Amino acid sequence: MENNKRKVVIIGGGLAGLSAAMTAAEHGCQVDLVSIVACKRSHSVCAQGGINGAVNTKGEGDSPEKHFDDTIYGGDFLANQPLVKEMCYAAPSIIYLMDRLGVTFNRTNEGLLDFRRFGGTLYNRTAFAGATTGQQLIYALDEQVRKHESEGRVTRYEGWEFLRAILNANGECYGAVIQELSSMKIISLPANAVIMATGGIGLIFGKSTNSVLNTGSAASTLYKQGACYANGEFIQVHPTSIPSSDKLRLISESVRGEGGRVWVPRDGKPWYFLEEKYPKYGNLVPRDVATREIFNVVYDMGLGVDGKPQVYLDVTHLDPEMLDRKLKGVLEIYEMFVGDDPKRIPMRIFPGMHYTMGGLWVDFEHMTNIPGLFAVGEAEYQYHGANRLGANSLVACIYAGMRTGNRIGEYMDARSKSYSDIPTTLFEENVKKEEKLHDNLSNLAGPENPYVIHQELGEIMTENVTVRRINSKLENTDIKLLELKDRTKRIGVPDKSQWNNSPLIFTRELVNMIDLARVITIGALKRDESRGAHYKPDFPERDDKNFLKTTKAMYDKENDAPELSYEEVDISLIQPRQRKY
Amino acid sequence: MSEKINLKILRQDSPDSKPYWETFTLEASPDTNVISLLMDIQKKPINANGKHVAPVVWECNCLEHVCGSCSMIINGKVQQACNALIKTVGTNITLKPMSKFPVLRDLRVDRTKLFDNLKKVKAWIPVDGYYDLGAGPRIAPEEQLLNYELSRCMSCGCCLDACPNVNHRSEYMGAAVMAQVVLFNAHPTGKLHQSMRLEQVIGVGGIVDCGNSQNCAEVCPKELPLIEAIAELNKQTTKWGFFGSLKW
Repeated sequence: MENNKRKVVIIGGGLAGLSAAMTAAEHGCQVDLVSIVACKRSHSVCAQGGINGAVNTKGEGDSPEKHFDDTIYGGDFLANQPLVKEMCYAAPSIIYLMDRLGVTFNRTNEGLLDFRRFGGTLYNRTAFAGATTGQQLIYALDEQVRKHESEGRVTRYEGWEFLRAILNANGECYGAVIQELSSMKIISLPANAVIMATGGIGLIFGKSTNSVLNTGSAASTLYKQGACYANGEFIQVHPTSIPSSDKLRLISESVRGEGGRVWVPRDGKPWYFLEEKYPKYGNLVPRDVATREIFNVVYDMGLGVDGKPQVYLDVTHLDPEMLDRKLKGVLEIYEMFVGDDPKRIPMRIFPGMHYTMGGLWVDFEHMTNIPGLFAVGEAEYQYHGANRLGANSLVACIYAGMRTGNRIGEYMDARSKSYSDIPTTLFEENVKKEEKLHDNLSNLAGPENPYVIHQELGEIMTENVTVRRINSKLENTDIKLLELKDRTKRIGVPDKSQWNNSPLIFTRELVNMIDLARVITIGALKRDESRGAHYKPDFPERDDKNFLKTTKAMYDKENDAPELSYEEVDISLIQPRQRKY
Repeated sequence: MSEKINLKILRQDSPDSKPYWETFTLEASPDTNVISLLMDIQKKPINANGKHVAPVVWECNCLEHVCGSCSMIINGKVQQACNALIKTVGTNITLKPMSKFPVLRDLRVDRTKLFDNLKKVKAWIPVDGYYDLGAGPRIAPEEQLLNYELSRCMSCGCCLDACPNVNHRSEYMGAAVMAQVVLFNAHPTGKLHQSMRLEQVIGVGGIVDCGNSQNCAEVCPKELPLIEAIAELNKQTTKWGFFGSLKW
């Protein structure tokens, strides 16, 4: 067991991490699976609407090729095409597998999988389990990993956080350093491959639809260790969320998929502005388009409901029995937190930061620019281009996880060295480095509170770096970010314990959040065009000549700043065309 | 409009230290949830006596009632903290950690034993492999609706906490685990392997330890059909107990 070359560490236990773990275990790998919380509590559990796959049980003539085109078009041609094509062709088999694993997908009269329509497509290709699909998917994968765990192939480190990748003198990755959140103990996990599946970065924007663990701290750490971060500026703001003081709770796109209508009162009547402006796609235009229209209606036309930043999402005209069968989970959330019954009163919603299309740069084998270090899921940038289509995230996470898990054993076999050949001093040194950083954090005794600084970070990022981007505001944002970073040096961690010290952990994450926020902000500043979710009123057109390119951010250690370069996009399969819904 | 909140919390610095009460006074609107109050304490960790203290430690993640992280006892009832709104729980609020799990710190407990028991009862579908074998078995829509309910269990632990038969003298695995056995036995593939699960629940800590208090159903945040599931499991184990050993 000790000298098994097929030893892999997986950081993150959501859909992507669990998919990688189960397939790696199936191929004889020994897996260490690290997660901040019990894996089934990962943010994937919040996904609501469904998972895409062109199974064509509705007899509409849907196909993986159409799914591929919808995805590339929806992403405004920024995604590298070959991997996206692979994903779309694999999607039906992924859905079938999830079904075999026991996911309680909704069924048709003949007992087959039911499908519904989602944003950015005219076909019913989204399989769903009520309105809590992410929950059922992650539970099924977690159960499979539990089976492998009981058979000795997987060791879970739940309640542990990633601190750094272990790199040898040649910059090759041979493991990870992790910290137990209760005992604060720091250890190394040697391995012949590390797969990052650390998900989204919503906390950088303060309030978002994300869970509170989605800080992007791990991705930021790797960026500072030399990993390239790609397309950071492409941030998805979901059109329909419930504004609140602690979180922007997501109201799934599937509500619109089942017939929900967006409107505001105008001249005493409902004005269904999306349906009017977009006769073909109606309420199911892609998310960036819908969000911009809502901003236009509220901020430019002043038509927000009751004069507030909110619009109606209305299901009162739909069959209550159907709503229970297909949307119960989502409507429950609205009623629970707002108090109104959506079946009788139209819901009030507003756009909220939701997803990052950007992430760690990876090649077509999902390896970052650091040998031995891989990334899958929302943590990497490959599948969604400039805007993600609804229900494509679940399939992309599982696809990337499975693809990488299936091949990681062979990768590790082929590596010229194994971690067991490396002197243990490398691993001990890395642990010591982190112990020192931990001690530094413990000794911080200034006047600043990390949670207060975080609130300011979220506010400025949401205000200036989401739906509408103005260069002067982006510049001011970076100045403010540098200010916040400086203030973190004067934090006094409000907890002196060495047991379950949440504020200390948060302080470390906060610094990482600010660094990644700079990558996002500067990426947005330098991209003078509008494409997908990235919109600049001063540069409203897409500029393929200069910007049909992936933004690549590398950490310039000397200047403590992101350094950007651009890489050609693989458009070998579908020629870019104008994106108009 | 905001109101004055008195928040009394049973704190504990470490697993072996003595619990102690600490009170905080806060301002919040009626639509705020308990977690927002705890977050406010993080930003200004000063107790009702004006003393600077360490912020309260608790677990949460999704904030929308689907992850099961934030289970705690609020005003005497075990529930999720994220949907405990001021307008429901009132302005005099008492928070305690769950009582049937070891306390790690303050409101954070260790729920490992729940997951260990899910391993014990083999709560998964044993598939041949993850390669493409085409479509899965057909399932009737009404069956899906029922199984879907059980598949929403988020392992929050509330049912265990409320159950009088889950305690330090008993090995009872609890309603959540029993319900998962029913879920996996209901699936066409899972049914092929129901013996391996039923075996685990006829012994110590299994279905005979359920005393039918029905506290589990009363507290389940997802309103899972736990009583029906346990009744079904009683039927399955009885049948299997009599006839399971007969091969033909």
